[in-house]
Amino acid sequence: MTNDPNKTGHNPVPEVGTKPSAKPAPKRFAMSFVAPVGAFIALAIVGQLLEASTNQYVQLVLLFMCANIIFATSLNLVNGFTGQFSIGHAGFMALGAYTSAYLSTAVVQNPSFFDFIWFAIAGGLVAAAAGYVVGLPSLRLRGDYLAIVTLGFGEIIRVILLNTPAIGGARGLFGIPRPKEVVLGDFVFTNFYMNYLLAIFWVILTLVVLWRMVHSVHGRKFLSVREDEIAAQSMGINTTQVKVRVFVISSFFAGIAGAVFAHAAQGLTPATFGFTKSVDAIIMVVLGGMGSLTGSVMAAAVVTLLPEFVLRPLTDITGIDLRMVLYSLALILFMILRPSGILGTRELPDLWRKNGK
Amino acid sequence: MAKPILEVKDLNVFYGGIHALKGVSFEANEGEVVSLIGANGAGKTTTLRAVSGIVPYKGSVTFRGENLANCPPHVIVTRGMAHSPEGRGVFPNLTVMENLELGAYIRKDKDGIQKDLDHCYELFPRVKERLAQKAGTLSGGEQQMLAMCRALLSRPKLLLLDEPSLGLAPLIIAQIFEIVKKVNSEGTTVLLVEQNARMALKVSHRAYVVETGKITLSGSGQDLLDDKRVIDSYLGGP
Repeated sequence: MTNDPNKTGHNPVPEVGTKPSAKPAPKRFAMSFVAPVGAFIALAIVGQLLEASTNQYVQLVLLFMCANIIFATSLNLVNGFTGQFSIGHAGFMALGAYTSAYLSTAVVQNPSFFDFIWFAIAGGLVAAAAGYVVGLPSLRLRGDYLAIVTLGFGEIIRVILLNTPAIGGARGLFGIPRPKEVVLGDFVFTNFYMNYLLAIFWVILTLVVLWRMVHSVHGRKFLSVREDEIAAQSMGINTTQVKVRVFVISSFFAGIAGAVFAHAAQGLTPATFGFTKSVDAIIMVVLGGMGSLTGSVMAAAVVTLLPEFVLRPLTDITGIDLRMVLYSLALILFMILRPSGILGTRELPDLWRKNGK
Repeated sequence: MAKPILEVKDLNVFYGGIHALKGVSFEANEGEVVSLIGANGAGKTTTLRAVSGIVPYKGSVTFRGENLANCPPHVIVTRGMAHSPEGRGVFPNLTVMENLELGAYIRKDKDGIQKDLDHCYELFPRVKERLAQKAGTLSGGEQQMLAMCRALLSRPKLLLLDEPSLGLAPLIIAQIFEIVKKVNSEGTTVLLVEQNARMALKVSHRAYVVETGKITLSGSGQDLLDDKRVIDSYLGGP
């Protein structure tokens, strides 16, 4: 028999309101403020290196990766943490993308760097409003029924976009600007770099907000709804309200993802936001682990980068285009070998924490 | 006469076309343990769920003088009624501590919660040993204890317990019922739903027998234990 206190069960009793893994205050401050700013600066430096060393194609893929990270983590809030099954997430992304794109082309001429932040927020708000309208009636449904309602909604958005001439209809909306390049003395920040700064700003902001949320009392509520709705109600939790809120927040960030996507791609067509886009998000969430933000980040990176930087060169070498075959095969194998996703419900820091769950 | 804390009158519940409860009426007085006993599908759980607002019903439920018609479940909890659901309903992927904190979700008084928590650890020492563990890794008995502990943390006046003995070993069942008695002696009224009629009747002040959506018998726990019909149908043998 071991005398490990964790195994014999005589754990020190935590106080109310503190998580078993709670850190002392200075360290928590470091996590909540210094870490995101540090990450931003580090990524900004990495961006300079990328700017110098890569071509436009690689840069575009990286921007798409940023959009996908926001897209996947926002869906994880609904599908992973709260246990609802939404399969129309691309609809909200489309609303954010088109809103931001429209504002930057038709409404504001020569937008400045900071204008793009407002465009994205506007996109997020439009998506959030739509999330509220869809969520309020449909979140009383469960499982398959909710999935079908959200699927229907995603298609409605796509068809509306397809039939609205003001935003290009089926031809699409093109000439969407990126933030202009900035010249500081000898230093030139190209428009890719400015766009990249914007993208990582949103990625970090999304992650910080979602991380803080799921690790708070609110997050506990989300999880309780996922685990057992009846029990959650018996605890005094208004489960419908929780689900609608989560859906609105998730839609907001999907809208932000859309804005990031729109200014990276510089062109939008309604077909971009079809059912397959929603499925992509679900793949990322499931692959990363339902209920793991860092898992979604990793999965979004893998799903975006793998087809472009691994499968495409493979095609060039072999001369046979097996990209989709290999990609699908990889997904199948992954789900058989690791059905809980890359991280399951854990987060990346849990992996090197000694007394991890 | 004792003051009724819960009065249920002519409760009717429909699941689609199925008339699951056909006019159930009963009451629980302050400080009592009241049991609803009956076979599978009799409507015991449905009654409990209607009382705590989880399923819609026709009829009236009056709790501490207040009519609870159309009151959603999360509001009913704040009125002082806690429901420990059938099958325990612990949150399996949350730690025991997190489960307990959710039990005190409606409360803001940290000191009071800590006091109640300490008291719960006294009642359920096993729960204290498992605080950092995920609830899904607990044994059935420990999960039941956690569920009761969690329900008590909302500091209810009335505790609804749905099948606390479900799937547990006789020794654990005896422990659970000891705790029910203790909780009751400390002033919480308990409404118990049980298939284990013998155990339930032993701890109950009064009990009702539910059959196919109706109450067919009622009386004190001891009376029902001695009742020929109850013995034949629910207790088995002499």
